[in-house]
Amino acid sequence: MKSIIRFIPLILFFLLAVLLYRGLFLNPQSMPSAMIGKPLPNFELPTLKSIEQRVGRDDLQGDIVLLNVWATWCIQCKYEHPYLLNIARDPRIKLYGLNFTDDHKAALNWLKQYQDPYVFSIFDEQGALGLDIGVFGAPETFVIDHTGIIRKRFAGPINDQVWQKEFLPLIETLEAEMAAGAS
Amino acid sequence: MQNRIDSKSLTLQHVIRLFISSMLLSVVWVTSVNASPVDTFEFKDEATQLRFQVLSKELRCPKCQNQNLADSNSKIAVDLRNNLYNLLQEGMSDQEVIDFMVYRYGDFVLYRPPLKEKTYILWFGPLIILFGFIIGVIFVLRKRSQVKVNEHDLSTQEQANLDDILNKP
Repeated sequence: MKSIIRFIPLILFFLLAVLLYRGLFLNPQSMPSAMIGKPLPNFELPTLKSIEQRVGRDDLQGDIVLLNVWATWCIQCKYEHPYLLNIARDPRIKLYGLNFTDDHKAALNWLKQYQDPYVFSIFDEQGALGLDIGVFGAPETFVIDHTGIIRKRFAGPINDQVWQKEFLPLIETLEAEMAAGAS
Repeated sequence: MQNRIDSKSLTLQHVIRLFISSMLLSVVWVTSVNASPVDTFEFKDEATQLRFQVLSKELRCPKCQNQNLADSNSKIAVDLRNNLYNLLQEGMSDQEVIDFMVYRYGDFVLYRPPLKEKTYILWFGPLIILFGFIIGVIFVLRKRSQVKVNEHDLSTQEQANLDDILNKP
């Protein structure tokens, strides 16, 4: 009995050490979005390229929609941009942009300068749609399934590693779901 | 001569007055510099302003994770403050505002997490640790007092020796 008590501090120390060691490798930015499993809220906003036109939820066509939140003030968006051009070629998905609280002219210049990977970009100058889907920064990428439900939010820039690990498995799951639904 | 002294004291008075007023002015400046993010919101009444202040302290900035909305100058905090202002001006109740934020950003935006299964450890963990600590301390103290009693038990021979030494002249 006494020898067990003697080891309690050591055991507690190891428990704490394991806990803190794990904490070293957690990413505080990767918070689960509260919007997962909820439908994409409707909106009525202009697109970046034609400010008179209004688009809404139903204009995001495609079975698997990726909605990428970007802005010219966002440095990491510049980093992920070449990879987005890559993703846009994937026939399984449709990539849309959400230009978030940005300057209209600067945003148009950005697309001219670095090419445009998006089917179109929603121009959300006030951040209204951003607020509705719980955006807290850029870049963020949402995956919306064929029924209009938000299935994933990834905060941070996408690169090849992220794409393989975070997105491809989900895209395969969604394809399987659609195949099951159609048959 | 008399005249000159008068004019001199007058200028001195002026200088003192100028000094004091500049000190006062600098105090005003310092306080306005110290204030954290300054927004120029105009509230419909004082109660709304008060509710805004309370809520912006209770709500956490999602990006800058250890600041509340009132303290933070990050882009999202500014946006959310604007939004909070709009919601309050539209006449939403405190609970409706909180629900609005939680629906979009999750429980994370609350500095006071709700009591539910997932947060039991947050709410009761410290109490349990405190309890364990108190029990441990009681346990150790009891043990120690027992040991002490035993230490003072001397055999008759030892007691006799001790008396012998103490009674030595």
